Amino acid sequence: MIESHLSLLIVVIPLIAAPVVAVLPNGRAPWLFSTLVTWSVFYLAILQLANVSTGGVVSYELGGWAPPWGIEYRIDSVNALVALIVSGIAAISLPYALTSVAKEIPEKQTSLFYAAFLLCLTGLLGITQTGDIFNLFVFLEISSLSSYALISLGRQRQALTASYQYLIMGTIGATFFLIGVGLLYAMTGTLNMQDLSQRLPEIFEHRTIHTAFAFIMVGFALKLAMFPLHLWLPNAYTYAPSIVTIFLAATATKVAVYVMIRVIFGVFSLHLIESTPTDELFLLLGMAGVIAASISAIYQTNAKRLFAYSSVAQIGYMVLGIGFGSVLGLTASFVHIFNHAIMKAALFMALGAILYRTGSNQVKDMRGLAHKMPWTFAAFVIGGLSLIGVPGTAGFISKWYLVLAALEQQSWIVVAVILTGSLLAVAYVWKLVEIMYFNSGPNASSKTSSEDIKEAPLSLLLPLWLLVIANIYFGFDTSLTVGIAEPAATMLLGDKP
Amino acid sequence: MMHNLILKVISKFLIPLIMLFALYVQFHGDFGPGGGFQAGVIFSAAFILYTIVFGLDAAKKIIPPGVLKVLASLGVLIYAGTGIAGLILGGNYLEYGVLASNQIAGQHIGILVIELGVGITVASVMMIIFFAFAERGRS
Repeated sequence: MIESHLSLLIVVIPLIAAPVVAVLPNGRAPWLFSTLVTWSVFYLAILQLANVSTGGVVSYELGGWAPPWGIEYRIDSVNALVALIVSGIAAISLPYALTSVAKEIPEKQTSLFYAAFLLCLTGLLGITQTGDIFNLFVFLEISSLSSYALISLGRQRQALTASYQYLIMGTIGATFFLIGVGLLYAMTGTLNMQDLSQRLPEIFEHRTIHTAFAFIMVGFALKLAMFPLHLWLPNAYTYAPSIVTIFLAATATKVAVYVMIRVIFGVFSLHLIESTPTDELFLLLGMAGVIAASISAIYQTNAKRLFAYSSVAQIGYMVLGIGFGSVLGLTASFVHIFNHAIMKAALFMALGAILYRTGSNQVKDMRGLAHKMPWTFAAFVIGGLSLIGVPGTAGFISKWYLVLAALEQQSWIVVAVILTGSLLAVAYVWKLVEIMYFNSGPNASSKTSSEDIKEAPLSLLLPLWLLVIANIYFGFDTSLTVGIAEPAATMLLGDKP
Repeated sequence: MMHNLILKVISKFLIPLIMLFALYVQFHGDFGPGGGFQAGVIFSAAFILYTIVFGLDAAKKIIPPGVLKVLASLGVLIYAGTGIAGLILGGNYLEYGVLASNQIAGQHIGILVIELGVGITVASVMMIIFFAFAERGRS
């Protein structure tokens, strides 16, 4: 029974678990239950990926209504990979959550916190699983609303403004997406993505379709924090509780990138992109994002905000991959979705461990921490190397494919931008390494006296190092990342090479 | 307490009628306009009227916030559980046809139970939100 309902159970298990967790007494019980749930979902996601990795497609009819009338869950290697990333990051970050949440979230809110976390997971997984574009909007709202609540739980008062800012921008994005979907429905009478992709080519020239396309693109550009629509992201990531930043940075924007790819190549087609200036626009905004956000990152005084800007830059690389519209470009985007998830989760986990010990993520308070927290520091350095794209780490693989894609189309300027982006990444990672390792001056401004600061507890270090090892492992073994992303990209692009 | 006597008498007279109408909207939802969402809002409106007229403490005696939280979760579980019941009886998720011996009766049962879940959650969440706002500024 589990086999035939696999795609559904991945969404429904966290959905059912969320209200159960909400009524559990505060304390450890909600955490234990959520951990069990996320690990079982992770297991199911692995099974699902194994089912479709050979190129098959699994379709599930909700309520027994046949598509295109009913809601269909349609799983191919693309969304199975994204579902694996989302559930995997959730599964790895929950063991980390126990200590971190106990420190950062008031005790009386723990059960509601984990309920919101599971709802956010439900929404993100639902977005990846569904084959129905309106159902996708519903899951988008589930994940967004719960992430607003999660971000607002941050300890500083600015968390509320950050969350409100994200709420306004996110709602505008979702509304734009819905307007686009409405226009598509008015033109074709269907909401099933598969069905849409068959009906749309006949009416591509129609202006309504172009308008719908523009609305959906702008809506999701807001959601995935594509430069210059990224302004909500740095605040949201900076003031959210550590565990929320880890989870959202590694999954939420990645899922939005997936939706963008799916809508462009699975609903509309490459033809529409190439007949409009969309692909040039994506390349331009991607390049601008990489450079501008990396430069902003260098000047930040808060380490979390620094990496939030770096996330915007990394999203620029994924947008570049989409802009190329080639198999290599999309492969690079998919691989980078995966690799960026593991490297950013590792980096934010290291920052979370530092926050746990020092109570601050300000760069100036990190002086000399390398000597007091050597394991956290080592993990941070490896995560940073992966972010830069040093050979032997996962980050190198995605940059490599992106450069290959650029070379294939002989866009030398993009190659130059990618390399400049990596150099800027060296600058902002080095800034933190320098202050933590070479600057051992007294930690006067920190609230806790420097003698109290010691290595982070094991419950924080284990998930962190698991991700760090994954960063190195996927820098050598690319059979999971490239091995799935390449056929997936070929499949999305259809007959076009 | 002769304050607001007219309000108190009229609202006591109206509240049962509002609740009855909510139940009508709830269980008529499969054939006419209505359903769990509207019914839940109307039902909670009766409680909110009571809270406005008789005060927050009196309302909390009738329905404590702890109970509301459980009810809000229960509604979602009823909805999701109906879907799981479909799975166990051999159909797909949320396939109502398998809930009864024949297809049409199954569809009826399915939609009524699901709308009941929606109604319970919406009504209790509305009250939770209202209580949360009403409590602001009280120590």
